[in-house]
Amino acid sequence: MTTAQAESTIPTGTWQSDPVHSSAGFAVKHIVGTFRGSFSEFAATLTDASGSPQLSGRAKVASVQVKDENLHAHLLSPEFFDAEQHPEILFDSKRISADGGQLTLEGELAVKGITNPVVARGEISGPAPGPADSERIGIDLETTVDRHDYGLDWQMELPGGGKTLGDDVTLTVHVELVRQ
Amino acid sequence: MKVLGISGSLRGDSYNTTLLRAAAELLPPPVELEIFEGLKSVEPYDEDDDRGRGPVGARRLREAIESADAILIATPEYNSSLPGQLKNALDWASRPKGENALWGKPTAVVGASTGMFGAVWSQAEARKVLGAAGARVIDEELPVGHAHEAFTPAGRLEDPELRERYAEILAEVISQTEQLAEPERVAA
Repeated sequence: MTTAQAESTIPTGTWQSDPVHSSAGFAVKHIVGTFRGSFSEFAATLTDASGSPQLSGRAKVASVQVKDENLHAHLLSPEFFDAEQHPEILFDSKRISADGGQLTLEGELAVKGITNPVVARGEISGPAPGPADSERIGIDLETTVDRHDYGLDWQMELPGGGKTLGDDVTLTVHVELVRQ
Repeated sequence: MKVLGISGSLRGDSYNTTLLRAAAELLPPPVELEIFEGLKSVEPYDEDDDRGRGPVGARRLREAIESADAILIATPEYNSSLPGQLKNALDWASRPKGENALWGKPTAVVGASTGMFGAVWSQAEARKVLGAAGARVIDEELPVGHAHEAFTPAGRLEDPELRERYAEILAEVISQTEQLAEPERVAA
C-alpha cells in the first residue's frame, strides 16, 4: 500500500487525549526481570492543522509512577531525568504513515533536554462513538531507545558481576483521543 | 556565588584541607570559598535523631550546604574508600530524599593522598554517594598523589598541570551553577 493511500486512514481534524483512558510507560531490564513505570501526567494531540497529520505528546517527569518513594526521588535527580532542569519529556512526529490500522511514526523524542530521532510503530483504531456525543480514536505505539542517548547513564555493578539496569528502554503509549 | 568546601580529613594539618584552600586562588572573583569547619561535630547518623533539622552538628552541616551555591569536597582515602566521618556527613545531607541539602547542588570532588594514586578510588566512591544523594556531580577527578610533596609552603599546588586541571574542574562546577540560575525549558 502506498503512503498516500495509507494516510487516508488517519482521520482529519484535531484530537486530544482523554487522560483517564490514556497512558505512557516505559520498561527496562532490571537484573534479570523487567521494571516498568509510567507517567500519570501525560497528554497527546493529533492534528492536521499544518496540512498533514501530526501527533505530539508530553509527559511531566515529576509524575513518574514507581512503587518506592526513594526510587521516585532518585529518578527525578540529576543521575536520571533531572526533573528540575528538564521537567518534560516531549515527542513530536515528523511523518505519519498508515497501512490499514498499522501506524509508523517518525519523529523526535526529547528527554533530559536531548532530542533524538525515533521511529515508533503501532496501531490506530476508530473513529468510534463515545459518551456525550464524543467521537474517539485509539492509538497504541511502541519504540525502543538506548537510554544513554539521552544522558541517562546511571549504572550499578552487581556484587557478583553484571549490570543492574539494561540499556534499552521500551516506551509504550496507549491513547484514546477525542475529537475537538 | 559561594562554594562550600568540605574536607574529609579531620587532621589539623590535613593535605585535603590544604587542597581545598588551594581552590581559593583558582576561583574567579567574585566567587567566594568557605571551608566547613564542623565535620568532626556531625553526629553519627541515626534515624531516631533525624527529627526536624536534626541535631546541632548535622543541622549546621545541612544549613552550610543549603546556603552554598556549589560544593567542593576534598577526600583522603581510607582502605580504598571514603573516610567514615565524611560518609556519615553525606548521609545526613542526603535525607530526606528529594528535599535534602545536596539535592540538585552542583558538586565537585577532588582528593589527595601520600600514595601515588591520589585518593582516586575514594573520589569515585564520593561521586557515587553524591549522585545517589541527588547532587549534580561533576564527573571529573583530581588525584593529587604524594601529597606531602605536592604543595608549596604557601599551600599552592606545585604541579602547574594539576593547578590547571583543578581550575577546569572549578570552572565546570561554576558553569553548572550559573546554568541553574537560568533553567532550560524545552519548547513545545
